Amino acid sequence: MAGTFENPEIVQEDLDILLIGGGMACCGAAYEVMRWADAVKAETGRELKIKLVDKAAMDRSGAVAQGLSAINTYLGDLDPADYARMVSNDLMGITRDDLTYDLGRTVDDSVHLFEEWGLPIWKTDADGVRHDGAESLREGLPALKDGGKPVRSGKWQIMINGESYKWIVAEAAKKALGLDRVQERVFIVHLINDKNDPNRVAGAAGFSVRENKIYIYKAKTVLLAAGGCVNLFRPRSVGEGQGRTWYAVWNAGSTYSMAAEAGAELTMMENRFVPARFKDGYGPVGAWFLLFKAKAVNAYGEDYMAKNKELLNDYPPYGQAAVPASCLRNHLMLKEMKDGHGPIYMDTVSALARLRDTLTPKEVKHLEAEAWEDFLDMTLGQCGVWVGENIEPEKKMSELMPTEPYLLGSHSGCCGIWVSGPTDLGAPTTEEYGDIPAHLPKGWNWGYRSMTTVKGLFTAGDGVGASGHKFSSGSHAEGRIAAKGMVKYALDNKDLKPEFDETPEQIAEAIWNPVRNFLQYKDYSTAIDVNPNYITPRMLQFRLQKIMDEYVAGVATYYNTNDKMLAVAEEKLAFLKEDSLKMRAKDLHELLRAWENYHRILTAEAHMKHIEFREESRYPGFYYRTDKNFVDEKNWHCFVNSIYDKKSHKWTCFKRKHVDLVDKSKLFKAAAH
Amino acid sequence: MPTFVRTEKCDGCKGQDKTACMYICPHDLMKLDKDGSETGHPMRAFNQEPDQCWECYSCVKICPQGAIEARHYADIVPLGGSVQPMRGSDSIMWTIKFRNGTIKRFKFPIRTTPEGSIDAFGGKPLPKLADLEKAGFFTRDVMGGFRAGNPAELIRK
Repeated sequence: MAGTFENPEIVQEDLDILLIGGGMACCGAAYEVMRWADAVKAETGRELKIKLVDKAAMDRSGAVAQGLSAINTYLGDLDPADYARMVSNDLMGITRDDLTYDLGRTVDDSVHLFEEWGLPIWKTDADGVRHDGAESLREGLPALKDGGKPVRSGKWQIMINGESYKWIVAEAAKKALGLDRVQERVFIVHLINDKNDPNRVAGAAGFSVRENKIYIYKAKTVLLAAGGCVNLFRPRSVGEGQGRTWYAVWNAGSTYSMAAEAGAELTMMENRFVPARFKDGYGPVGAWFLLFKAKAVNAYGEDYMAKNKELLNDYPPYGQAAVPASCLRNHLMLKEMKDGHGPIYMDTVSALARLRDTLTPKEVKHLEAEAWEDFLDMTLGQCGVWVGENIEPEKKMSELMPTEPYLLGSHSGCCGIWVSGPTDLGAPTTEEYGDIPAHLPKGWNWGYRSMTTVKGLFTAGDGVGASGHKFSSGSHAEGRIAAKGMVKYALDNKDLKPEFDETPEQIAEAIWNPVRNFLQYKDYSTAIDVNPNYITPRMLQFRLQKIMDEYVAGVATYYNTNDKMLAVAEEKLAFLKEDSLKMRAKDLHELLRAWENYHRILTAEAHMKHIEFREESRYPGFYYRTDKNFVDEKNWHCFVNSIYDKKSHKWTCFKRKHVDLVDKSKLFKAAAH
Repeated sequence: MPTFVRTEKCDGCKGQDKTACMYICPHDLMKLDKDGSETGHPMRAFNQEPDQCWECYSCVKICPQGAIEARHYADIVPLGGSVQPMRGSDSIMWTIKFRNGTIKRFKFPIRTTPEGSIDAFGGKPLPKLADLEKAGFFTRDVMGGFRAGNPAELIRK
């Protein structure tokens, strides 16, 4: 019987493997898992039941929906150890080399597949001339797989014509899965634990944003890869422009919050990313810095990275690295802004003028197209700012600005979930610190690669913490790594019968609560949005953003907070979490927003608790604890991890020891180049 | 730059249950107003939450009628500019109009294979379950992308 808004239909399905999300990580997982499922069928005769559930449409879902102008992780001739070192350096020394090394050695496989599937990748020919992805094919330049030379815009980055990047990757994933195994427009909001083992996952539940249907999946193993968290802080633009977030606006912290509620151990949730980008449009700066060799300057034309470089000495050894960490580069920019030397500009005019001196008119025209394509492929909004303000980059410089904070694990950030790593790289198998809750595993691997500390629950991409710098290609590869672990888990647990610790009716009532609030109280007042019995998801989001901005080191305080401000935030967030049970949903679209914002609150709370626990300022330029305004290598060169108790609503934070698996001292030799 | 739908051009995808823009929007913003009760324009789509629009242009690119455009974020950007694509099967053409009337046009490749042509596992080996825990993927031996690395770099091994 078809459901109604008052009485939604409950659809139940039993699976072996459930993939939550549809971005790069889940597309990678889908591709890899289906081939291993073929192998399972060939060798054992068993057919694994698999489904991918995405809240949007896979062709344009996830952070790559709009496209990209570069693939930021491609190793080529570089060593995975170098990659692990670079990631560690950019994230102030506290990352897991086992995870980054494993990603580094496998990521190029995915990039080679992308090219085979049809992604145009720029190439350099024998004369050093660069060709776009289509032209290089016409010129007969070899594929990367066959020794083709990519155009490097930086040490790790290669240029692409990536408008249809996600479309192509999704096509391969959907072909691998077959359309029967794809469920789009269903938003999974809740993981279900096992009745017989509270530390095991038994399934997941959500609802359709198109029909009055609640979906409850029972599954042996679940991949939770639903992106990072955006819009938990008040954005710099608060009108229409609030949609112009730097990271994908639909990333609502679902990965972190659902994992936390299921009991998974989170890691490094104090970490955040505050990208310095073109102001308001948040267009990418990488190509301008790396490909066009532009410099960022203050309002008086001074190169603040050179002018303020002595500030780097405050943060040994990280300040002495050949390439300072992203947060430290922000630290030097913020100094200029606070000293009143703004606006900060990207000097596009001088950069392009210098290039014109050495290039032919044809190459100059090509260069102009490249500069525009950089935005057109991935940040249309920046083009909007440029056309509205008559900015042609060769004639007029553009402002730069550090954005509002973002939480993610795939870009230049390392918050996320603690996962089991590879066993062949020398990772620790014991723990030195004593205050780790007893039920949690010791060491960095516990049986299934990419599994969280909850049995059967896996993650990838933005979900995997204490790593970072995966970007699009690395997230795809990490999904594939997780898929293999999940197949192994499903095989080893073939007789496992998951049982829910809640009834389907309880699950459905919890999911539909915002609708119930609306239906019960909507006639109490004459104005639909002003009613003492409920709060709109929109107002709840504003409240969250205001708390985070003003007390947890948002832009309002120049990213400053302290123990006292965090205590205020804690109290206000507790009220907000209570009020989240009174969110209303007047339609399915608003139900989507209600659950997204619930996920944001839990993610915000984790962020706040971790910053409070870590008594130092590990990421100067991203946030400062003004009561502990230093990097403390002696006491805090460690992971900060946490677990959440969904019954008591309490967080427990603790330390895990950090260990280097590759030599980091190589980073800090005097910069000779 | 939230997207907006041109009243004259939108045909509600000819009365199908779901419009192309509704299908594609990653943030569930596009909505078909079947009876006109929300917009005054029956059987036309509209952007129901413009301040959540990421300007990803997914709807603009997919609209079969070319009915969707973007008006730059009014709280940030001066009026008068426009950025409009025509997305084909192998390339995309952009027309960029500045507030001062300057026009630029660009064409970029988007794909080197026909849409829908991907053969996911064609020419790829069927792996052996015994290799499930080996580093790398089932395509390790055919895609040339596995980087073994210098073992001397691993200082705890």
